[in-house]
Amino acid sequence: MTGTMTGAAALLLDLLLVALVAFAGWAALAGRGVFRAVVFFIAYGLLVALGWVRLGAVNVALAEAAIGAGLTGVLLLATVGRLERAGAARDVPPVRGAAAWVPALAGLGVTGALVWAWFALPLPESPGPALAEALPRSGVENPVTAVLLNFRSWDTLLEAIVLLAALLGVWMLGRDGDWDAPLGLRQHVRPGGVMAGFGRVLPPLGLLVGVWLLWAGADAPGGAFQGGTVLAAVIVVALMAGVATPPGVSALPLRAALVLGPGVFLGAGGVLAALGGGFLTLPEAQAKVVIVAIEAALTLSIAVTLAGLVLGPPTAANGTAEGGAEPNANGPAAGRRA
Amino acid sequence: MSALVLLLVLPLAAALATLLAPRAAPALTLGSAAAGVGAALRLAQTVAQDGVQAIALAGWAPPLGITVAADGLAAAFVLMTALVMLAVALAAKVDLAPGRAGARVAFGFWPIALLLWGALNAVFLSRDLFNLYVGIELLTLAAVALVALSGKPGALVAAMRYMIFALAGSLLYLLGVVLVYGGHGTLDVGLLAARTPAATDALALALMSAGLAAKTALFPFHVWLPPAHAGAPAPASAMLSGLVPKASFVILIRLGFEAMPDQAGAGALLLLGLMGAAAVIWGSLRALSQPRLKLIVAYSTVAQLGYLFLVFPLAGGDGAAQPWAAGAWTGAMFQALSHGLAKAAMFLCAGLWVMAAGGDRLTDLRGLARPMPMTAMAFGLAAVTLMGLPPSGGFTAKYLMMTAAFASGQWGWALVLAGGGLLAAGYLYRPMAEVFARDCPVTPQPVARAWQAVPLALALAAIVLGLISAPPFDLLQVGRPAAAEVGL
Repeated sequence: MTGTMTGAAALLLDLLLVALVAFAGWAALAGRGVFRAVVFFIAYGLLVALGWVRLGAVNVALAEAAIGAGLTGVLLLATVGRLERAGAARDVPPVRGAAAWVPALAGLGVTGALVWAWFALPLPESPGPALAEALPRSGVENPVTAVLLNFRSWDTLLEAIVLLAALLGVWMLGRDGDWDAPLGLRQHVRPGGVMAGFGRVLPPLGLLVGVWLLWAGADAPGGAFQGGTVLAAVIVVALMAGVATPPGVSALPLRAALVLGPGVFLGAGGVLAALGGGFLTLPEAQAKVVIVAIEAALTLSIAVTLAGLVLGPPTAANGTAEGGAEPNANGPAAGRRA
Repeated sequence: MSALVLLLVLPLAAALATLLAPRAAPALTLGSAAAGVGAALRLAQTVAQDGVQAIALAGWAPPLGITVAADGLAAAFVLMTALVMLAVALAAKVDLAPGRAGARVAFGFWPIALLLWGALNAVFLSRDLFNLYVGIELLTLAAVALVALSGKPGALVAAMRYMIFALAGSLLYLLGVVLVYGGHGTLDVGLLAARTPAATDALALALMSAGLAAKTALFPFHVWLPPAHAGAPAPASAMLSGLVPKASFVILIRLGFEAMPDQAGAGALLLLGLMGAAAVIWGSLRALSQPRLKLIVAYSTVAQLGYLFLVFPLAGGDGAAQPWAAGAWTGAMFQALSHGLAKAAMFLCAGLWVMAAGGDRLTDLRGLARPMPMTAMAFGLAAVTLMGLPPSGGFTAKYLMMTAAFASGQWGWALVLAGGGLLAAGYLYRPMAEVFARDCPVTPQPVARAWQAVPLALALAAIVLGLISAPPFDLLQVGRPAAAEVGL
C-alpha cells in the first residue's frame, strides 16, 4: 500500500469484504430454509477465502475455497438432496427462548473475548530466525509445505488419517443390507444432456489443475490437500456424468487408493527410522524427492477419500436418484439447473 | 525402532493393513495389540529406569518441530490402553464376527478401533498443543463412528449428539491454542512452562479447559455420554467408556499442571472441583434408577469421571502434611487407570451376558452367575474397584485423594469421595443381586470359558493396581510436574 489512493481503496475493499462476510454468516444462520442456508454458507466460505487473500495467506485461501466452501458445500448440498429424497427436508422452525439466547450469549461472549485478545496480543512477528535458518534445509521453498511435510509432518500424517477415519465413519452409516452395493446413489444421465457434456469436458481440465496444484506446492502456494480436492471434484463429476460407475467397498483398488497416501507417509517415516535417521526425519539431500513422493501419494488418497465422502455409504439400487428432467442425486442445485 | 515410536506407528499401520486385507483384520488387530502390550511394558520399564524418553519428531526441535515424550504418566496410560485394546480385540473376535454382527460392522470395527488406539497413543505421548488437537480430532471421529456402529436409530441420534458436543469442544480448544500461539510463538508444553505469562493466557486456558471438559463429559456437559456409550456394541462401549474420556483429561492435566500452572485461579479450581462433585452425585443417582445394565454402567462413567476433576482443588496443599508428595495428583491418575480397566471389564461382561441372555435389562440377567461364574466374578471385581474398596486400584486412588483432602483441611471433598463410593455400592448392587439370584428363569446360550476369562483378566488387572501399587506409583512419579506437589 504505497499511495494514499491505493490505501484508501484497499481499506474500502476490506471494509466491504468484512460487511459481506458478516452478512453471509448472518443469512446462513437466520433463514428457515435449509437449502438457502447452505447456499449462503458456500458464499460465506468464498468471501472468507477472499479475506485470506487480502491477509496474504494464499495457501489458507486456497484451502478455504477448495475445502471450506467447495467440498463442504457439496457435502451439505448432497445432504439436502438426501433429506428431500427421504421427505425429511422441512424448513427449520425458528429457535426461541433459552435455546436461542444461551448460544447467542455464549457466542457473543467468545467474540468479545477474542476482540479483547486481538488488542491484548502482541503484533504477529514475521516467522522467527529458526524458520529462516531451517527452510533451506527442508527441501522445498514454500514455507507452508516445509511445515506440513517436514517440520510438522507428524501433524499432516495424522490429518490424512483423520480424513480416512471420517470416510470409515460415513460408511458405517449405511444400511446393513446395502453393504455389497456400490458407493452412493445410482446416477442416470440423459445422453447428450448438460451433465453428460460436463462429464466429458471438465475432468481433463480438473486433472490438469489438480496436478499443477500438487506440483507447484513445493515452491508456491498449493499442495496435496488443495490438489486432492480438485481431483476429488474431477472424480465426482465423472461419476455424476456417468462416465464411470462407483465401485463398492469390496473393490481392492478403491481401498488401496485410500490407504496409499497414509501408507507411503507412514512407511517413509518408518524406513527413515530404520535407516537410523529417526522417525520421519528427512535427510537434507533427498528431502525434496521424498516430499514430492509423499505428496503425490497423499494427493491421490485425499482425492479418493473426499470423493468417497461426497458419494456416501454403499447404497443398493433401489436408492436410485430418479425423477426430474435430469435426475441427479447430489442436491437440488443440480436439479434446479436442469 | 524405539518402543515409543513403535507405539505411535503400530496401531495406524495395522489400521491401514486391515483395510487392505479385511478378512485378516481380527488377526492383525490381535497381533498388533499383543505387540502393543509388549512395547508398552518395555516403554514403562525404560521410563522407570532411565527417566523421561523424548524424541524430536522429524529431527526438528520445538518451536519448529513436534516433541513426543513418555513420562511416567504417558507410559502408564499407554500400557493401560494396550491392555484394554488386547481384551477388546479378543472380545470382538466373538461378539462382532461377520455371522453375528453383519458384514458392515465386521469390516468397519477393526480399522476404526485401531485408529482410535493410534489416536489415544498419539495424545498420551504428544507434547505439542496443536498436535494434541489433531490427535483428539482423530479420536473423536473414530469414537463417533463406534457409537454409530450398531446402526440403530437411537445409536445414530446419540452419535450425532456426541459429535456436536465433541466438535464444539474441539473448536473451543483450538481457539485457545490459537491464542497461546499468538502470545508465545510456540505450542510446546515444555517451552510454554518456561514462558513469560501473557495477558491472554487465562482466556486461552479457560477456552481450552471448557472444550476439554465437554469432551471428557464433565457435568453438565455429560448428557451425550450415557446413550452413546450404552448404545454401542459391548467391545466398542469398553473403549468409549474406559479409554476415550481419558485422552481429553490427560490434555487438561498437561495444560493445568505442566504448561500453565501459574494461570489457575482459585475460583476456576473450585469450579472444576464442584462440577466434578456434581458429576459424582448426579451420575450415581441416575445410575441408581436405570433399568438396563449398560445404562447403569454408562451413568457410572459420568460419576467416575467426576472424581478425576477433584484433583484440581486437591492437588498440593501442605507437602509436609501428606504421607506422599503429590498424593492427590497421583490418586487421580490411579483413578483414571483403574477406572479404564474396570469399566472396560464391566462392558465386556455386559456383552457376554447379552450374548447369553439376549438382552441387558436387569431382569434378563437373573441367575446368570451359576452358568457364567467367571463373568460374574469379573463384574464383582470391577465393582470393587469402582466402589473404591481395598485392595483395588480404585481404593488406592480414593485413599490418596482422601488423605490429601484431610491434610489440606478440605474435608468437603472427602465427603464427596466417601458418598460416591456408597452410591456406587448402591447402583452396582442392583445388577449384582439379579446376577447372583438363585433361580435362573431362562436357559442361557453357552459362552465358552476362554471368552469369559477376558473381562476377568481386565478386572484382575484393576485389582492388581491396588494390590501391588508400588511399581505403578513409582512409575507415575517419573517426570511428575512440580505443580503436582506444590499445588495449583
